[in-house]
Amino acid sequence: MTSWSGRSAFAGALADPDGPVPAGILRGSSEAAQSRFAVYRNNVASGLVGALASRFPVTAAIVGDAFFRAMASRFVDGCKPTSPLLMTWGDEFPAFMETLPAAAALAYLADVARLEVAVSAAYHAAEAPPLPVPALAGIEAAALAEARLVAHPAARLLRSPHPVGSIWSAHQPGGSPADVAFRAETVLVTRPGAEIRLSLLTPAEAAFAAALLASKPLGEAAALGVAADGCFDFGQSLVAAVAGGAFTAITLKGPDP
Amino acid sequence: MTATVSLPPRSGLGLKPEHCRAILAETPDVGFFEVHAENYMGAGGPPHRWLTAIRERYPLSIHGVGLSIGGGAPLDRDHLARLRRLVDRYEPESFSEHLAWSTHDGVFLNDLLPLPYTDATLADVVRHIDQVQEALGRRMLLENPSSYLALEESAWPETDFLGEIAARTGCGLLLDVNNVMVSAVNLGYDPVLYLERFPMRHVGEIHLAGYDETADADGARLLIDSHASRVRPDVWGLYGHALRLTGPVATLVEWDNDVPPLSELLAEAAVVDRKLCEASARRVA
Amino acid sequence: MNRRTATLALAGSLAAAMTGFAERAALADDAQEKCFGVALKGQNDCAAGPGTTCAGTSTVDYQGNAWKLVPKGTCTTMELPGDRTGALAALDRDLPKS
Repeated sequence: MTSWSGRSAFAGALADPDGPVPAGILRGSSEAAQSRFAVYRNNVASGLVGALASRFPVTAAIVGDAFFRAMASRFVDGCKPTSPLLMTWGDEFPAFMETLPAAAALAYLADVARLEVAVSAAYHAAEAPPLPVPALAGIEAAALAEARLVAHPAARLLRSPHPVGSIWSAHQPGGSPADVAFRAETVLVTRPGAEIRLSLLTPAEAAFAAALLASKPLGEAAALGVAADGCFDFGQSLVAAVAGGAFTAITLKGPDP
Repeated sequence: MTATVSLPPRSGLGLKPEHCRAILAETPDVGFFEVHAENYMGAGGPPHRWLTAIRERYPLSIHGVGLSIGGGAPLDRDHLARLRRLVDRYEPESFSEHLAWSTHDGVFLNDLLPLPYTDATLADVVRHIDQVQEALGRRMLLENPSSYLALEESAWPETDFLGEIAARTGCGLLLDVNNVMVSAVNLGYDPVLYLERFPMRHVGEIHLAGYDETADADGARLLIDSHASRVRPDVWGLYGHALRLTGPVATLVEWDNDVPPLSELLAEAAVVDRKLCEASARRVA
Repeated sequence: MNRRTATLALAGSLAAAMTGFAERAALADDAQEKCFGVALKGQNDCAAGPGTTCAGTSTVDYQGNAWKLVPKGTCTTMELPGDRTGALAALDRDLPKS
């Protein structure tokens, strides 16, 4: 039982910009009704595109407003939000970009967008006090190799064949796109205080951090670091990751099954 | 259901992330801040840190934009639960939502869409507001929409429809004066007559904002509720008229797109406070 | 390297790094790290009020021929490696037929 039989027609007409307007609109000629209904059509299209633009500001800056809006409109056509919580909508947008020939020519674009997904997830992640660096001194030498760290809810690691961290940083206040050197980057996103922090990791640090974030023991993670680079510095890498706020606690037993 | 707290009869501003630092540093003389509920539904992080700090210093209004109270489907229980957590966490002086729908067939359309005013849609809205007030354990305010077209099926004048909702649910009303101007011009009625018919005794908050102007295909004026500029002179005039009917009431300046520096928002708030002061003086006199 | 020497190596490496960390604490930030006070916009700001448009009505967002567009943002100033430098000019060629 529906209280307004015209609602489905109204909603359907919103999604079809070339179609007729729904019946039952009072106000002027049929052309006038069309132009008035267009305000709602545009609000829906523009509102969702705008929500993506505020979640992907660097991606939008890279391609420019017109291209971004066109790309986002296409995404909206196939992937409408099912919840009013727009801060979590659009995780599939980066993969969608890779399906578009016009956007895929910018090889790094989708990975920059993936970094923006990671940044917004870190931004809204739960609060937890980061593990202080001096707490590491509390682990006995004999227990060090088997100790594990608990990842902070905001910690995210993103590996890319493109300089996504540098591109993102270049688009923050004071940055310049001219500064970007084109090489692979692995980015650790953390939120040690109320602020987002991006750390660029070497391949060995990246292997190490990925293992720690996956709750592997320190010894196993260190071995992965050494395997990637014989000169891997366990202590420096661990202290840097902990100082960046990537973890909340030390556990001396394995993760719960 | 009783409302034990309310917003002060002062100017309020929409809280924008880019202004938070300056607001905490300068604590400008503003009566309250208003936030959109949906922007504070993440688990943690900077938005909650800022809002917590600002809430310690100012009265707070939480304004929902996603409940789809005017929808035909049952309210989204998950969303209602999120609202409950938010309201419990911040204990705002006011919670408000819109007479509109924004979700259909499980898709969130991210716009506040119009409904015809009939006995059947009235029953939907009343049921939904009962449900919201029960879930939140408090009275809510319902905002009048801005309209770009009229729906043939409507049998109730909007003012009477809102009054009937308030009478049946005990909810209060949020009178958006810019929306009154936008709808009156777009639908061709007199905004002053609308205000005179509006059930003012239920009004717990007023909204002001800027509109954009264009024309429809017939060349008729078409105002767009854009929230992207200063409050227009005719809306200030209409606000003055509304205050003569309501007396001093908490008044928010909404500026959500092309957000200016904080100083410009404060200048708008100062105009509001001056008008509220005149309204109190009138009341005393 | 047996288990004991591995343990010693980890412990020694950590001890050295923590000493270094304490010494560096008062100094400037690590050059590898960038820390920003990012204030992200709320995604629901666009639905601010009844009928709020994000871009104004003159910008119609649902035009079907949008793929005539090419990126015009900072990507055109970012230096691209090797033969990708010409990629932007070639975008038109890749347009879908729709």
